[in-house]
Amino acid sequence: MPGEFDDDRLANAFAEVPRLLAADPDLIRRGAFFDARFAVGIGAIPFDVTVAAGKIASFDRGPFLMRSWRFAVRGTAEAWGRLWQPVPDPGWHDLNALMKHGYASLEGDLQPLMANLQYLKDLLALPRRLHGEAR
Amino acid sequence: MAATLEPIVGRYFTLELGGRPHRLYFEEAGQGIPLVCLHTAGADGRQFRHLMTDAEITRHFRLLAFDMPWHGKSLPPEGWEREDYRLTTASYTEMIVAFCRALALDRPVVMGCSIGGRIVLNLAIEHAAMFRALIGLEAADYQAPWYDTQWLNRPDVHGGEVCAALVSGLIAPQSPATARNETLWMYKQGGPGVFKGDLYFYRVDGDLRGKVGAIDTGVCPLYLLTGEYDFSCTPDDTERTAGQIKGAEVTVMRGLGHFPMSENPARFRSYILPVLEKIRSSL
Repeated sequence: MPGEFDDDRLANAFAEVPRLLAADPDLIRRGAFFDARFAVGIGAIPFDVTVAAGKIASFDRGPFLMRSWRFAVRGTAEAWGRLWQPVPDPGWHDLNALMKHGYASLEGDLQPLMANLQYLKDLLALPRRLHGEAR
Repeated sequence: MAATLEPIVGRYFTLELGGRPHRLYFEEAGQGIPLVCLHTAGADGRQFRHLMTDAEITRHFRLLAFDMPWHGKSLPPEGWEREDYRLTTASYTEMIVAFCRALALDRPVVMGCSIGGRIVLNLAIEHAAMFRALIGLEAADYQAPWYDTQWLNRPDVHGGEVCAALVSGLIAPQSPATARNETLWMYKQGGPGVFKGDLYFYRVDGDLRGKVGAIDTGVCPLYLLTGEYDFSCTPDDTERTAGQIKGAEVTVMRGLGHFPMSENPARFRSYILPVLEKIRSSL
C-alpha cells in the first residue's frame, strides 16, 4: 500500500517502544545487565536511546546535533516495516537477516550489543506488537 | 504415577578418531534401515528426539544420533585443555564413517543438518557406495558468512547466550515457542569455543564449490531439503548446489528455518516422511 514504508510512519511506530517495553517485564528482566546509550536509524530519522538495567532511561527522536552513542543500529524504512509485519517474510524476519541483505547495519562498539543480542533484537522488534493493538 | 518411558535409548562407547580415543554418546530408537542423524554446529543429538519418538518412522528405520566429540554428553579427547577445537572436512568425514563401521551399520542412510548437511555432500563425493541414501537438511556447497565468529568465544560476551541469540534468527517465525526455545537451549549449553570450532569446517575448511559435480546419485540417491526462513543456507544456496548434481532432489520447506527437525517437528514431519518412504520403497 502507498506509504507503507514511510520514514515518518515507521518512526512513529518505533516511538512506541518505551511503552511496549514497560509492558514487558520479562524482556526487562532479560536486560537486567544491559546499560548503554545507542543510536537507532529508522530510515533517515535518528533516535537516541539510553537503556539502564533493561529499562528505557531516555528516548529522543532527532534530528540531533552532535549526539554521542556507543553503537548504532540503522535500517531502511522498508527493513523496519517488513520486520514488524505480524509474520515477516523470509529474509526480512530478523536483524541479522536484514544485515546480510544490506538493509540494516551496525556501527560503533558492538560489545554491549553482542553481549545482549537477544534483548536488543527483541527490543527492536517490539513494534510488531502494534498490529495486535486496537489503533 | 508410573513413568511413561520414551523409546529412545542412550549408550556410550569409545571411538578412535585421529589416533585418539573419544568417549562418544549416542541415542537410538526404532528398527530396520539404519538412519544416522547428524546435528547442527554447536548443538547435539537431542535435536532429533521428535523423529525418534515418531512410530511412523521408527517402524521402518533404526535412528541413531551421536553427539559429536566436544558436544552434548560426548567428551572432548584427553588433553582438550591444551588446544582450540577445530572441526575439519577430514575429521568430520572420518567420524561418521568410523561411527557407522563401529556399530556395523549395513548401508545406512545419513541425514545431516547444516554442517551435517554440508558433510553429507562430502560423503556423497567420497563414500557414496557405503550409503543407501543421503539427506542434506539446510545443505549447500557453500554459503556467504553473515557474522564474525570471533564473537562466539571471548570473556566479555557470554558464549552460550550469543550463540543462541545469533541462531535464533534462523528459526521461522511460525515455529512454536516451546520448540524454538528448546532448540536455543542446546546452543546455550554448548562448551566454550565449540560452535566456533564447528564453524571452522563450515566457513573455512569445508568449501565444496567445484566439487559437488562429481556426485553420482545413481550410486547413492541425494535429497536436499531447506527451510524458506534459513538465511544462512538459503533455498537459493541449496538450489544452486543441486543444479550441479544430476538427480539430486530439492524440496523448499515452507514455514521452516535452519532447524526443521527441532524447531517445528510437526511441520518437518510432513516433508521428511515422503522422503523416507521413497528411500524405503526403492530397496
